[in-house]
Amino acid sequence: MSAAGEVLEFGAGVPLSEQGPAPTRVVAGFGFWLFLLSDIILFSALFAAYAVLSGASADGPTAAELFDKKHVFLETLCLLASSVTCGFGALAVVRSDSRALYLWMIATLLLGAAFLRLEASEFARTVAAGAGPSHSAFLSAFFALVGTHGLHVTLGLAWLVIMLLQVATLGFQPMVARRFFCFALFWHALDIVWIGVFTIVYLGAH
Amino acid sequence: MWKSDAAEPGRTARFVGIRAEHFSPALAPPVGGYVEEGGSKHDARMAVGRLLRVIIAMCTGNPGHPRISASPNTWLQRSRWSTLTALGLCALLTSCREGVLDPHGPIGRSERIILTDATAIMLAVVIPVIVLTLAFAWWYRAGNRRARYQSELQYSGRIELITWSIPALVIVFLGGIAWIGSHDLDPPKPLTSDHPPVEVDVVSLDWRWLFIYPDQGIATVNELTVPAGVPLHFRLTSTSVMNSFFIPELGSQIYTMPGMTTQLNLQADDAGTYEGLSAQFSGPGFSDMHFTLVATASTTFAQWIEATRARGGVLDEAAYTALSRPTPAGAPLSFARVDPELFETVSSGKLVTQWSPEEAR
Amino acid sequence: MLGRLSLAAIPFDQPIVMVTCGTVGAVLVTVMALVTFKGWWPYLWREWITSVDHKRIGVMYMILALVMLVRGFSDAIMMRSQQALAAGHAAGYLPPEHFDQIFSAHGTIMIFFVAMPFVIGLMNFALPLQLGVRDVAFPVLNSVSFWLTAAGVLLVNLSLFVGEFARTGWLAYPPLSELAYSPGVGVDYYLWSLQISGLGTLLSGINLTTTILKLRAPGMGYMRMPVFCWTALASNLLIVAAFPVLTATFGMLLLDRYCGFHFFTNDLGGNPMMYINLIWIWGHPEVYILILPCFGVFSEVVATFSGKPLFGYRSMVLATMAICVLSFMVWLHHFFTMGASAAVNGFFGIMSMVIAVPTGVKVFNWLFTLYGGRVRFTVPIYWTLGFIVTFVIGGMTGVLQAIPPADFVLHNSLFLIAHFHNVIIGGVVFGVMAGYNYWFPKAFGFKLNEPLGKAVFWCWFVGFYLAFMPLYALGLMGATRRMQHYPNVHWQPLMVVAFCGAVVIFCGIALTVVQLAVSIRRRDRHRDLTGDPWDGRTLEWSTPSPPPAWNFTHLPRVEQPDAFWAAKQAAKSSQVAERPGYSGPIHMPRNTPTGIFIAFFAFILGFALIWRIDWLAAIGLVGALAVALRQFWQTGREVEIPAEEVAAFERPTMREAA
Repeated sequence: MSAAGEVLEFGAGVPLSEQGPAPTRVVAGFGFWLFLLSDIILFSALFAAYAVLSGASADGPTAAELFDKKHVFLETLCLLASSVTCGFGALAVVRSDSRALYLWMIATLLLGAAFLRLEASEFARTVAAGAGPSHSAFLSAFFALVGTHGLHVTLGLAWLVIMLLQVATLGFQPMVARRFFCFALFWHALDIVWIGVFTIVYLGAH
Repeated sequence: MWKSDAAEPGRTARFVGIRAEHFSPALAPPVGGYVEEGGSKHDARMAVGRLLRVIIAMCTGNPGHPRISASPNTWLQRSRWSTLTALGLCALLTSCREGVLDPHGPIGRSERIILTDATAIMLAVVIPVIVLTLAFAWWYRAGNRRARYQSELQYSGRIELITWSIPALVIVFLGGIAWIGSHDLDPPKPLTSDHPPVEVDVVSLDWRWLFIYPDQGIATVNELTVPAGVPLHFRLTSTSVMNSFFIPELGSQIYTMPGMTTQLNLQADDAGTYEGLSAQFSGPGFSDMHFTLVATASTTFAQWIEATRARGGVLDEAAYTALSRPTPAGAPLSFARVDPELFETVSSGKLVTQWSPEEAR
Repeated sequence: MLGRLSLAAIPFDQPIVMVTCGTVGAVLVTVMALVTFKGWWPYLWREWITSVDHKRIGVMYMILALVMLVRGFSDAIMMRSQQALAAGHAAGYLPPEHFDQIFSAHGTIMIFFVAMPFVIGLMNFALPLQLGVRDVAFPVLNSVSFWLTAAGVLLVNLSLFVGEFARTGWLAYPPLSELAYSPGVGVDYYLWSLQISGLGTLLSGINLTTTILKLRAPGMGYMRMPVFCWTALASNLLIVAAFPVLTATFGMLLLDRYCGFHFFTNDLGGNPMMYINLIWIWGHPEVYILILPCFGVFSEVVATFSGKPLFGYRSMVLATMAICVLSFMVWLHHFFTMGASAAVNGFFGIMSMVIAVPTGVKVFNWLFTLYGGRVRFTVPIYWTLGFIVTFVIGGMTGVLQAIPPADFVLHNSLFLIAHFHNVIIGGVVFGVMAGYNYWFPKAFGFKLNEPLGKAVFWCWFVGFYLAFMPLYALGLMGATRRMQHYPNVHWQPLMVVAFCGAVVIFCGIALTVVQLAVSIRRRDRHRDLTGDPWDGRTLEWSTPSPPPAWNFTHLPRVEQPDAFWAAKQAAKSSQVAERPGYSGPIHMPRNTPTGIFIAFFAFILGFALIWRIDWLAAIGLVGALAVALRQFWQTGREVEIPAEEVAAFERPTMREAA
């Protein structure tokens, strides 16, 4: 639906800003971009808290002692690979190819789930070692930052399942296609945040 | 050429705006208008008279109406204005005799100078703006046939330059004051003096103030006796929640925070008693957190130290823990001996107290 | 089973609260009964509660804000009366445990549930009309935003009757707001009601930013937008950038309180100073979120009632966007006394002054809009003139406190209180009242009563000065804020004067209600038949009053700023080209109960989390998700308005009115 409800025509040389209301696809995408930017600001507040509190380990375990870089590398591979498969899935949406879509998106789902499994096991191990979030400010900041990212990944996977159900029930309507592109944006943004996380939290641990 | 209507004879007019020749002829009339040139003393007196009538007429509530100052409730409006003015002056005069505007130390005096100078500079802009607002609104009211209606006046490079410059210049000047003042009056900056500073360690309790004199080995609660004319160096911390140590007649305040140490330097030039308080809300007993700073002659100060030592009392960790339970303000206390490590322990956050509002009632 | 909730949570022993509870309950029951007997529920449900029309949602925001103004103001009257009584050894009538809740509730309600809804309501109503489009970018999300705000309002009001409110001040600084010193539900009520309504506000920010940047009438390039749209853009960009910080910070405090984390605790490395930094990184942009749209209202009002274009359009735009960016660079001026170094204090002091420059430019531009105009003294112009006079004083005291050494003696004093009320009342309240009087005829088809409107203005104007000028003096005398009692008896006369000022303001609020009632009763006398009661300049005045749901039958073609004024001038000179109009059916989004249902479950979730009732929280969460999913699967989301109905609605257009 165009908010105008009417077809508008413009001569050559009319700048985009004067061409009237944008089509729904553009409006939805732009709104979602704004939402993503707001989400990234949420993460930057958590990053700032982590930066301030990363040294406050209160005689407990420090970052260098806790983090297993190999484990994190594996998580990173899973997540980045899931972004690749998501990209191919988005191409399948463009082609309205449901078989390819299911293939790539289920791969994305599995890789994302693998990431979550690895992260959960890391959290469990850390808590079992007496380094749960209530043991120091540094640990609180770590669990909050990485945990919020993990929560976003979980919600993203749930959204992906819902989107696959939407394709199955509603087909490749414009509304469904728009939502897939928003999902893809969200998934790639989570990747970018993860790069920030493993750079600042894991690689920056001392 | 486009001319505005009703130009008075004998007055030259100046075009303010963008002329049509700067654009293609297809465009609308030039943006701008004619502004009357010059002015005379007669005009200035007329303007003041107009301004007074503006104020009165605005109070009568209908300045667009041709009947202006003949309104019957003008007297009522005038008396309301004079009452308000009198009240305002009263308030002003009252505030001159105490608090921030009545400093008794070098820090407070410097800060008062900054306050008054900055206010004066800004009033030089604010008052004309207020006057002009009322004047323009009045003169250009719809009912005034004599005002020149310039319906297309919407840009003037000259006016823009002035409107950006005036605030910018004021801010450059005040910014300089801010930068220099921040450095000169930085709380941890020691005062210049021939006398060595008196050290006082301050702990904000709930809801009292503990003062430890590390060099003299004594401590008091809620009463801070110091020599006049001698710099005071404070190290401050808190036992539980944030507070703010503030003696209005001496100058700057500083937050006290648990597990941290802040610093402050003040001086009381004149002997006397000064009120102190907490300026950061800290719970149910906050309004009772008053203390006094008593500034005396140096000999009196030495005598006071001896008298405090003679009164006895020991402030060790056990006594401190009892002191830091939530207590409404009581009479001032004193301690003849203080554990020298106590302040370090408290300020490193090892003796933080906890309480609930129910307990604090 | 019921977590921490029990009958003991209801304050039977507090007579003031119980009487309030009884009164509010009686009013609610009466209203519900009236609505039921008159059979208005279907109309209300169909036309308002489930509406996704930006005009209806805007009006509902304004009603919500007005109701909460009464609550927030009653807190203010209690504070003023307590301080007028409790001098010397007198204890007043509000013990600290109540007084502390009252001032915390006053600030929280006034900022989050009065000022924000007023401003968002005005933007909601006016933006699509000024931009020449049919609705905002995401109409269903708009409804969700409003109802989430209402859910926050419900939680905050419930805290009065079930449990208690925070006793920490309106920003809940730790360590005082941590579990160690506030173990009750008060801070939890505060946090959850603000998280829920904060989500609504963030969604609103995204919605309106997208609307302004992507949905404008054909031909309306950026420099042809009304200035109100520019200020709304800046405000909504600030919402999108700042509110996530608030969400994150409150999230951290919630983790501390619920899960034993140590972000801001006193032990195990927590850092309360970090909370103060983060909360003010949100807090300062927040005040610009409130004031910028009000600046926009004044720009529109001054131009319209001077009969001239706004002076210096470009520099107004530049100043607005400069304020938008600079507002993120000044936050430390809220805590100069926390012990930062001289260089840091000095930097933030200078930045705080720099932001006064574009504000000053705006004031001069308004002044020069009046200059050379034909000023009509309508109620909105009264508010505007009152604003300019009052706001420059408030701005002056703000710049004064931006000098760190001056702030060292004024921080947290009544001088500070006077300053921010000066700019918020003089700026935001006056702006909202101007916008309310200005756009009321457009929303409802008749004007508000003028003499009563002027009386409201004078009450607020005189009341403000009476209430807050004494506070400037008291602050200079050494009085700090949030005092439940004070020892200096000679401060009492000034406190009494301040209380009288509050009473005068109360008269203003009461007269606002009277004005509305009288205007409704006499609406036939003040009908707006042309859609253009003020000889306006912008596009909203080209629609009928009230506009149809679709706003514009054909979207206007815009060729310059003040598009409607230009069209009227062109019509006068008979040079209008006949434009072929759109004459088909119009598709508008369908009404939906998604908003109110999601908000209902959000309220359940918030309440359950506050009282630690796990099963109820699960119901709230699952319910909200279920409603969202149902909306996700909705395919018939538009309703078609047939061409005949559109044509039948044609009223005198710009062409014919000439």
